[in-house]
Amino acid sequence: MYRYDEFDAAFVKERVSQFRDQVERRLQGDLTEDQFRIHRLMNGVYLQLHAYMLRIAIPYGALSSRQMRKLAHIGRVFDRGYGHFTTRQNLQFNWPALKDIPAILDELAQVEMHALQTSGNCIRNVTADHFAGAAADEHDDPRPYAEILRQWSSIHPEFTYLPRKFKIAVTGAEKDRAAIQVHDIGYQLKRNEQGELGMAVYVGGGQGRTPMVALKIRDFLPVKDMLSYTEAIVRVYNLEGRRDNKYKARIKILVHETGAEAIRQKVEDEFAKRDDVLTLPHDEIERIKAYFKPPVLAQREARSQTFDARRQSDPAFAAFVKSNLFAHKIDGYGIVTISLKPIGGIPGDATSDQMDVVADLAERYGHDEIRVSHEQNLVLPYVALDDVPAVYDHLVKAQLATANAGLISDIICCPGLDFCSLATARSIPIAQRLSEHFGAGEKARDIGGLKIKISGCINACGHHHVGHIGILGLERKGIETYQLTLGGSGDEICTVGSITGPGFSSDQIIDAVDCVVNTYLNLRTSAEESFIDTYRRVGMAPFKKVLYERDTGADI
Amino acid sequence: MSQVISANRLTDGIVVFYQGPSKWAEFIDQALVLTRPEDVEAALLHAAKDVKANVIVDPYAFDVTIQHERITPTHLREKIRAQGPTVHLDHGKQAQSHGMTGNV
Repeated sequence: MYRYDEFDAAFVKERVSQFRDQVERRLQGDLTEDQFRIHRLMNGVYLQLHAYMLRIAIPYGALSSRQMRKLAHIGRVFDRGYGHFTTRQNLQFNWPALKDIPAILDELAQVEMHALQTSGNCIRNVTADHFAGAAADEHDDPRPYAEILRQWSSIHPEFTYLPRKFKIAVTGAEKDRAAIQVHDIGYQLKRNEQGELGMAVYVGGGQGRTPMVALKIRDFLPVKDMLSYTEAIVRVYNLEGRRDNKYKARIKILVHETGAEAIRQKVEDEFAKRDDVLTLPHDEIERIKAYFKPPVLAQREARSQTFDARRQSDPAFAAFVKSNLFAHKIDGYGIVTISLKPIGGIPGDATSDQMDVVADLAERYGHDEIRVSHEQNLVLPYVALDDVPAVYDHLVKAQLATANAGLISDIICCPGLDFCSLATARSIPIAQRLSEHFGAGEKARDIGGLKIKISGCINACGHHHVGHIGILGLERKGIETYQLTLGGSGDEICTVGSITGPGFSSDQIIDAVDCVVNTYLNLRTSAEESFIDTYRRVGMAPFKKVLYERDTGADI
Repeated sequence: MSQVISANRLTDGIVVFYQGPSKWAEFIDQALVLTRPEDVEAALLHAAKDVKANVIVDPYAFDVTIQHERITPTHLREKIRAQGPTVHLDHGKQAQSHGMTGNV
């Protein structure tokens, strides 16, 4: 884990002190709401439907046990005993009082956390592959590069007031688990023929009301040039991005209106003007990398008898292993996904007690590391296979052992109209009903890997555009209506889903999704052909036909 | 036309409803129902004073109907704001006893 140096600690402390003063002045009336808004947003404080909301940054989704316990504590003392993990690997509290927020930020600073870059038109909290450092398919660990980007971008004087927010994601693996092609910049670490480390550069991806897949503008950028190149991209955007229309202000609009070749040329021209100030010295990269050195893992046999025996004797454990345990780069270890998608539950929510359980497990069995995934789950990246049965037993007791990671009930979902002041329809109740409908049992396992993603408005925080099945909640004449999209994908084969046709009412949407799933089951060549592969083979037509020619499929 | 004025309380962001000049209640049942546009306008002017006085933020008027003697917002968003999240019945107004926490 990265540890704050003197500069980081002083910086965060100073920011808390500034915000404490700003809150006091607001409460005393020395600042109006208009004057205060920008300050609160710069500290992650939103005003939502029912109360303030505090969004806490979890850089690249990495947490220690100590930090997780602090989040649990804040939830208990200052909020309602739970928190909500988001699709940006962050944590949101839904009920903090404004007067308490400086105290919350003080508590966070004690464990090297803050709420900076979680709002506003700045370079936001950098996200990364949640299996970073542990995944078997990784070229290199993306976290040091995400951390370097974080250090460089925090209160960057040139890039704090961009035309709109700016999101960067980094992955180090072939399998893209960080959805880099739907970010403003996506970096993928790779090696060239000489074995040197560099990165492919994707620019101009994003979701929202104008979903776009990023364009690759560089196949190989030496890692030492990462900051210079990022600066060139953001500088071109800052100068040329639109500021007259909020909905056309993201870099994706500039990139796609300008075209791949032209934007590449502009960035390269800017990059060519660089001096050496931002060229990353080898020693500095190594210094940051040292913070992310993998824990010292005892050498183990590739197979664990304890693990194998339990798997053979306990079908529930075997199901958990099948969906929630992932291949580790080190023999004898596994990556455990803790699903925050209990059947019928609220995607991404965890109680303070559950956070404490995860912290305890990470400390006892997981080398003190926890990750938050953009799919709103938690991850223990370093668990010995010998210990997986014990971890599982503790998770069962804490109601955290739902065996559905990557399955149809592992649904990404934004807070929607139940909490969010921007939402146009509720999203969580749809996720809950779908989860109950499909469950985490034999039916879900038979359907196999299938990603449903739900947003309660066009801003697409629930990533519906890249859901294999995407659902967008809208309002039509005062009634919630749900638009269905199929064929989206946020991984290395990144596609934006296509709308099936007219939307469905809240009463109809579960049946509509069931109809899509049954159509897939009828069409797949074998159980090995996943939903997305079947969709890519057969296209929209058969799904549309079944959806809209049913007796019960009345459009609204 | 019937309308109610709502806002969020500055200190904790909790949803409040206009009862009269400088009076804000936590429950919609306690809200003043305004039936004439000029009354809505006057109430919003009073609300603006309370914004200046740092009591509330973001006041606005919305439509309600009276159903079974209860003040009921016509729009789902306002219903959820007046009651609490439909997926967390243990939070928001719906979880509290009316009258327990009264005025601002």
